[in-house]
Amino acid sequence: MSDFEPIVVAFCCHYCAYGAADLAGSMRLEYPPNIRVIRLPCTGKVTPAFLLRAFEKGADGVYVAGCLEGDCHFIQGNLVAKPRVNYTKKLIQEVGLEPERLEMFNMSAAMGPRFAEVAREFVERIRQLGPSPLNKNYRVQGSAA
Amino acid sequence: MVIGERKPFDEIMKMLEGLKKISVMGCGGCVTVCLTGGQDEVRVLSSQIRMARDKEGNPIEIIEKTLERQCDPEYVELAAPVAPDVEAVLSMACGVGVQFMAERYKDLPIYPALNTTFVGGSKKEGYYVERCQTCGACKLYYTGGICPIARCSKSLLNGPCGGSTNGKCEIDPEVDCAWQLILDRLKSLNQMDRYSEIMPINDWRTNRDGGPRKMIREDFQR
Repeated sequence: MSDFEPIVVAFCCHYCAYGAADLAGSMRLEYPPNIRVIRLPCTGKVTPAFLLRAFEKGADGVYVAGCLEGDCHFIQGNLVAKPRVNYTKKLIQEVGLEPERLEMFNMSAAMGPRFAEVAREFVERIRQLGPSPLNKNYRVQGSAA
Repeated sequence: MVIGERKPFDEIMKMLEGLKKISVMGCGGCVTVCLTGGQDEVRVLSSQIRMARDKEGNPIEIIEKTLERQCDPEYVELAAPVAPDVEAVLSMACGVGVQFMAERYKDLPIYPALNTTFVGGSKKEGYYVERCQTCGACKLYYTGGICPIARCSKSLLNGPCGGSTNGKCEIDPEVDCAWQLILDRLKSLNQMDRYSEIMPINDWRTNRDGGPRKMIREDFQR
């Protein structure tokens, strides 16, 4: 499917990942336009219900980007996010989606290039996986499970 | 509290085959505390069900609702507005809740989303352990607050068996020998005389072996 443009939702924490995104912008770094950033106060806000909703609405890939471990602005937010993301990988697998469509990344606000790199690598990963079966733009009519 | 675990996803999907509109109902009691069937878990499971059905091109509509409890008729009644609109209810309550719902809504299939497993408490958030098997004749007075029925793998009543090694049970090195725990505790409480009293053969009639049990407060009967 050569015309497939993935839709990727990136839940970014305000203090680190969003800062890194900002820096990537200031540095004029290039990364794919497929990512939609959602700013959170902290990745600790992320719950399985949140992440499932993104997939339910047709996101081809979702990632959670937070502070480096040990450096969370709210001390433990990114540490509680990690097992939740891992649990949600199992939940989406139960539904029939590849667990690789969901990932957690850590970075500091100074890591503009890392933000761009993650965006690039993740979008490429999703491009390889193909559209999510729930992405309404790429539904093949009459396809079976 | 009553502890349960969500049934395997495939088993749940099989129960919903052919249905187009259901309600997934949570319970605000025990299953909320043990993070298995509360409002958030209803949201997660409903999302998963919709996704799985969308994927196969057979969408399902879900009304998500969480009742205060599903084991009291007054609360079960509050599901009445939803009942006429759905073909079935997938209840995330324990077995008791599912049955109370089924009794009240006789024409509506009520399906269990959980396997109700045991009665226990939290060691810490997200970690639940069995402590009581509802024998109906509590012996904790004699055993320093540690239950030999629930925590001893053989439910022995008069001390450890030969399989007790380094304080662990022979069935699993991670399982504490209940009688080791009991003896240590009785010693620290200075109640070793209670260990010397032989406990007779257990009368299981107070347990479910006597048939389904009930409890009545006479002063509340009208």
